[in-house]
Parts: sequence; structure tokens; C-alpha cells
Amino acid sequence: MKTYIIRRILYAIPLLLAISLFSFMIMQLSPGDYLDQLRMNPDISRQVLNTMERDFGLDRSVPEQYALWLGQVLRGNLGRSFTYRVPVTQVIGSRIMNTLILSFAAMVLAWGVSIPVGIYSATRKYTIGDNIFTSLAFVGLSIPNFFFALLLLYGIVTFNLNWPIQGMTSITHDMMTPVQQFIDILKHLAVPAVVLGTASMAGLTRQMRGQMIDAMTSDYVRTARSKGLMERVVVYKHALRNAINPMITIFGFQISALLGGAALTEIVTGWPGLGTLMLNAVRSKDLYLAMAGLMMGSVLLILGNLIADVLLAMSDPRIRYN
Amino acid sequence: MERKAFNENDQKELAQSTIKSKDQYSFWREMWKRLSRHRIAIVGGIVVLTLYIMVIFAGFLSPYHPNRTFRQYFYHPPTRVHFTDETGSLTRPYIYGTESVGWGQYETVEDEKYEIQFFHRGDPHTVGPFTTNFQLFGIEGYEQPFFILGSDGYGRDLFTRLLYGGRVSMFIGFVAIFISTSIGMLVGGISGYYGGWVDEVLMRFAEVIMSIPGFYLLLALAAVMPIDIPSQMRFFFIISILAFRGWAGMARVIRGMVLSAKNEEYVQAARAIGASDKRIIIKHVLPVTTTYVIVSATVAVPGYIIMESGLSFIGLGIQEPAASWGNMLAAAQNITSITGFPWMLIPGFMIFIACLSYNLLGDGLRDALDPKSTIR
Repeated sequence: MKTYIIRRILYAIPLLLAISLFSFMIMQLSPGDYLDQLRMNPDISRQVLNTMERDFGLDRSVPEQYALWLGQVLRGNLGRSFTYRVPVTQVIGSRIMNTLILSFAAMVLAWGVSIPVGIYSATRKYTIGDNIFTSLAFVGLSIPNFFFALLLLYGIVTFNLNWPIQGMTSITHDMMTPVQQFIDILKHLAVPAVVLGTASMAGLTRQMRGQMIDAMTSDYVRTARSKGLMERVVVYKHALRNAINPMITIFGFQISALLGGAALTEIVTGWPGLGTLMLNAVRSKDLYLAMAGLMMGSVLLILGNLIADVLLAMSDPRIRYN
Repeated sequence: MERKAFNENDQKELAQSTIKSKDQYSFWREMWKRLSRHRIAIVGGIVVLTLYIMVIFAGFLSPYHPNRTFRQYFYHPPTRVHFTDETGSLTRPYIYGTESVGWGQYETVEDEKYEIQFFHRGDPHTVGPFTTNFQLFGIEGYEQPFFILGSDGYGRDLFTRLLYGGRVSMFIGFVAIFISTSIGMLVGGISGYYGGWVDEVLMRFAEVIMSIPGFYLLLALAAVMPIDIPSQMRFFFIISILAFRGWAGMARVIRGMVLSAKNEEYVQAARAIGASDKRIIIKHVLPVTTTYVIVSATVAVPGYIIMESGLSFIGLGIQEPAASWGNMLAAAQNITSITGFPWMLIPGFMIFIACLSYNLLGDGLRDALDPKSTIR
């Protein structure tokens, strides 16, 4: 297992290198650079612009720029953000944390609901309850995140619910006690987490139901039943343990979907995460910030897939990596 | 002589019997039979078809040109259509005139009556090669607007823009999935069939694309688009961006299927009689993947529609004045417009309906085409 993990991590290094080269090329393809905006400003003198150009290395050729950037990154320096005028690491650290908080909350919500619902649906196939859940899953599958977020905001405002709808903290956040601050953040977290959670809930429930139905019709379940085990034991000990394995593989894909979906949800609900940051960076051609965002997103994705594989090996004794 | 005659007869009979057996069984017939058992999937399919017909004939079905603005009538609520006159008896449908009484507030003027005309002549639009001004319904003149679903912040008819914007949203998904599926099949086919360094290079590249979170990649790619290009160009740009992001996953699966198919006996037989590689890939190997491709393409369309509207929603996709469901919904983004003018949320419902019908259709197709499928 240990060698497997080490090998996977080693394998991720050339992959990340390729991703960085690829993203750098994309960013260079986009017309103009950050300084274009500053050039339009008559208050900024030619001299200042030239110094900035030199400082940021924008006057060099593209391969040179990439080499410079890569060299800096390998030394742990992700470059400076053009817009924020501080090192990228400073900007991005808290944003990654926020995105992780949001994704984690959404994931807990999605898995916490979809596994029991999937089991319920599979054991009571074609009953009214199952049909209702299936219809709901289709609705959840088809509703765009950003639209669902808008609908929730609409509901909160029209029904005059006293619930925060924008950002991560209230204006009075700094004056609160730590406990109040925590509750404040939780309140702000609710809307984006529900939006993001329901998005993956739909697919997960369908998958869980399918896997569970597969397991329930298999031979070992019949054997377990015929030797007179209680239905509860059959469902939870025999069928569920086999049905849950493919779900762990899905967990890996989920992280990709979560990160992607999170970006739009963050933008609509004003959650200060990596997605909002990426959008601003891409819009203002903040090269190093956008690169860092792309790289961090990819690292999270690769890590997520690795975690999924490791979890799978831990839960399924038939799987051995060597 | 007689022997020859018999032969001819025999051949005719044989030919007829093969036609008959073709009539009785074919892959597509069987599939259709299985699909038609899924009522909900059929309903989904019908809704999808209706949506396409509606957006194709947007010019005829809508009362105005998508960019016609009624400056005084911004954020106008849906116009009420009356079917009975003051005495309560049934008349031709008509609407009352309205008057602005404040910012985004309107009052009806009871003595101004406008009859709704069917098959009337309004703004010119093109249907295929023809330009016509023939429209299904509308009211005379441009003094008083007729907004079935209300108007937006510029005083443009929401219903008209919904239909025109649907063109973008419905076709981008469809075309992009077609392109990404073609690339996926081509790359997957080549990669799986030839193996070796070709496989290695192509699959590593696919892996790079798949390892960047989808939406982040879309963001970066959308930023490559120059801002001042015409909306048609933007349309194709977005299609290529979506297709570029989407082919990798498809190629991976196709590669796996090709890998297992290329060792089948019928492929070896084709190779033994000297068929070219191109012929083997196209005629013998890729057809194995047909079912998978059809199902996964149908299931993927909603994702593409959502991605397009998402991009347009945050302002990186289709730009004003061109309409798309995404950028129309963006106008509803701030709290005042959501609460004061809730009809601005309608484009979101259209995205939802389109995606839901595609999902239902795709689910039915999966059941009909994949004999192994158990998800029901």
C-alpha cells in the first residue's frame, strides 16, 4: 500500500508539470496582459509601466516566462498577484480553505442523505416513496446550481426569512465572540452547501439505488435469506457492504464535480472561495494568480482521486495494489 | 431452360424473404420497441423535440425582433390577456394599454384597447433562406408593447428573447456534444487500436485535460476569447471550448472498448482477408461502441447546456445584445430584480425543463439500449 501511494504521488509529478505547461500556454493565448488596463490609465507614467513589466517578466519570451515561473514555483514561490500586489500564496491560502469548507459541507450533506435514501429506494422498489425520491433525483440532476441558488435567494427574500444570503461573514462579524462567529459562518454556509450538496445528491442516490438493487438480487443475498438471517442483517451486512464499493470510486469523480460546481455556486452566493478568485484572476488577466488557481484545483483533484483509490482498497479486501 | 427459370424464381423468393426478415428484426426496431415502453422517456423526447421546433421557428412564434426595445416599458410585468369584454361576453382576445407610474411600475389604462391579431405582419425575420415579417400573433404598431412573459431591464420582450436565446442554449449543447463525441471516438479508436507510443501520447494528453477541474479549465479557455468578436464567432468559440473539454473522458472509455474488441475473432477475420486499418476501425471496431456513445451523448447534453448557460451567466459566454438563457438569467442576479420582477427567473426554468427532458430521454435510452442496465 505504501509503495502504491508513493508511486502514485511520483506519477503525479510529471502530470502536474504537463498541466502547468498546458495552462501556461492557454493563459498566454489570451489576448493582452494585465498591464493593458494600466496602460489606459494616464496617471501611470511610462516609466512605472516599464518597471512593472520588468518586475513581472512580461517583456520576456513565453518559454522564458514559463521557465522563470517554474523555477519560482519549485522554490515554493507562486509569484505575485498583479491585482492584489501581494504574493499569490497569501491570497490563495484562505480561498482554498473556504472552498474546502464548502465542498466538505456539501459532501457530508450529499452522502448523508443519498446513502440512506438509496438503500430505502432499493429495498422498497417501485413504491410511492421510491418513485418520489426518483423524481426528486431527476429534478436535482436537471437544475443548474446557479439557478437553484437564485431560487433559494428568491425564497429567502420573499418569505422574509432572516437568513444571510451573501458572502461568508456578517458585517458585525469582527465584534462577535468566537462561538457567535462560528454560528455566523455556519449560517452563511447553509445556502451554498445546500445548493452544492443537492447537486451531487441526485446522481449519488441514483447510483446507490442501482448498486443496491444489483446487490440485493445477487446469489449471496439469496443464500443469506435462505439460511434465515434477519432482513436487517441481510440488507446492512451483506448487500450494503458490496454495494458501497463502487460508490467509493464515484467519490473520486465527485471531487471533480464538486470543485467545478463549487465555482459557480461560490460566484452566485458570494462565497470567497477558489472559484470566485479564479473568475476574477482570469478576467483581469492576473497570470500568476490564475495559474496558481488552476494548479491548486488540479492538485486537489489528483489528491481526491488518490484518496478514493486508497479508501477503496481499505474497504474492499479483494483489491490489492502492488 | 426450366432449370434457369427455377433459379430466378428461387432467387426472387430468397430476396423477398431477406427483406421480410429485415422487416421483422433490426437493432433499431428493437431499440425503438424497448424505448416506447418507457412512457416518461417518450414524454422527455417529445418535449426536447418541441423545444427544438420552438427555437427554430422563433421568428414566427415570437411577436417582436429580439433586440426591439421599448424604452419606457422596462421591467414590465407579463401583460394580462382578456378574453371577455366589459359586459362579460366572450370576444376576440385583447389587452389594455399600460402607463409607467414609477420605476418599473405600471398601471393599466382601461380606455386603450389593443386587439391581438393572429398571423399578422410585424418585425422581419428569416426562416431558412426566406425573409418574412409574418408572425403567429402580435398587436398593431409599436406604441404599446405586448409582453406575454414580461420585459427585461431594457424593455425587450422576454418571451421573444427566450425563444431566440433557446437557439443558442439548445444548439450549443447539441453541436458541442457531436464534436466532442467524434473526437472522442477518433482518438479512442486510434489509441486503442494502434497502442504503443501513439496510445501513450494521446492518453497522457487526455489525462492532463481530465486532471484540471472542468470549470476552471472552461474559465481559462473562455478568457482566451477576444472580447470584441461577433456573436456568431463567440458561439463557435464556446462550442469548441466545451468540445475540447469534453472529449477526453469519452476517448478513455472508447479506448477500453476498442482494446477488448480488437482481439475478437471477427476483427482478426477482417484482418486476415486484408481489410485496411481504416476499414477495420470504422466498420468493425467502432460499431461495438454505438450504444455506449448514443447513451452517453444524450446523457451528457444537459451538462453541456448547463455549462454554456453557466459561462454566459458569469459573462464569459454569449454577450449582450445576443440572447442566451444563461445571460438572460444573469439579469436576475441582483436581489432587487429577483424580488421585484420574478419573471426574470423564467430563463432558468427553461434551462431546467430542457435538461430534465434530456435526462429523462437519456435514462430511457440507457434502459432500452443497454441490456445489462439495472438502474430503473
